[in-house]
Amino acid sequence: MGISWAHMGTSIATSFLASLVECVEALTVILAVGSVRGWRSALIGSASAVVVLLLIVAGLGTALTQIPLPIIQLVVGALLLLFGLRWLRKAILRSAGLIPLHDEQAIFAKHSAAFGSSGAAATAWDKIAFAAAFNITMLEGTEVVFIVIAIGAGRTGMMLPASLGAVAALLVVTALGFALHRPLARVPENTLKFAVGVMLSAFGTFWVGEGMHMQWPAADWSILALIAAYLVLALALVPLCRSQSSPSQPVTRPS
Amino acid sequence: MNWIKTISREIYGLFVDDGVFALAILLWLAIVRWIIPRLNLPAEATGVILFAVLALILGESVLRYARRKQSPRN
Repeated sequence: MGISWAHMGTSIATSFLASLVECVEALTVILAVGSVRGWRSALIGSASAVVVLLLIVAGLGTALTQIPLPIIQLVVGALLLLFGLRWLRKAILRSAGLIPLHDEQAIFAKHSAAFGSSGAAATAWDKIAFAAAFNITMLEGTEVVFIVIAIGAGRTGMMLPASLGAVAALLVVTALGFALHRPLARVPENTLKFAVGVMLSAFGTFWVGEGMHMQWPAADWSILALIAAYLVLALALVPLCRSQSSPSQPVTRPS
Repeated sequence: MNWIKTISREIYGLFVDDGVFALAILLWLAIVRWIIPRLNLPAEATGVILFAVLALILGESVLRYARRKQSPRN
């Protein structure tokens, strides 16, 4: 089956937006590490993790081609549903004010204080900076790897568009990080997470259906219909959640 | 072996926040896989049913969380 525009366009957009969120979160910690303990070790730590993650994508991507497509669609679709609906659930609860919004400035300040109190770097090579940057890049990067593989493995030829979206996000965030040298606090993170949750849930539902040999009414265009349906549902749930919870419990603390 | 525990916990956390929510999704997927095909529904209807119940599961989970926030015990 060929790849339609609906499929390729939504894959790139989903991968880009999801990766953008993860890269922004990683950047905040890397900036804190670099500004407090020195840039060399922090950047080497982060770059090392990116290399490891690229190897994982290449290895898993190749291995997945050996498994029959319906099985991949079913398993990856189920995982994507768990992942996407979990993400959407949290975005709805954040939008309703029931769980705290992600505050990059507060996280930056918290990490800067923590790394500052763990002693100054004795040499040019700082193990703490390397380990912290490596860990956060691996942690956030693992989610990016999962998203790229989940979106890319569902159909032959989709790994490249999904990877391009992730690489584009990495480049955009890296360039902004180098230019600004401060956390990207103005990025509307919950709006992005809301959109990504909607898109990942739609992809998960579509893949599961394909894996179960369902006939979608409009073939690949059903992905767009699913995106619209999840968006309407999520937007309707936000005020419903607000009305169900106590109005005297606004949550503004950073997570 | 602490790092294995850490990685396992991180991977689990990627997919599960609310255990009941995750379990309900998996249970529904099992029903769609093994029971729905036996009902001889129109082919195009199964996708709509798949989405509709997932929507209900999501709605129930967020509303349950919202109600719990309202409870004086929380």
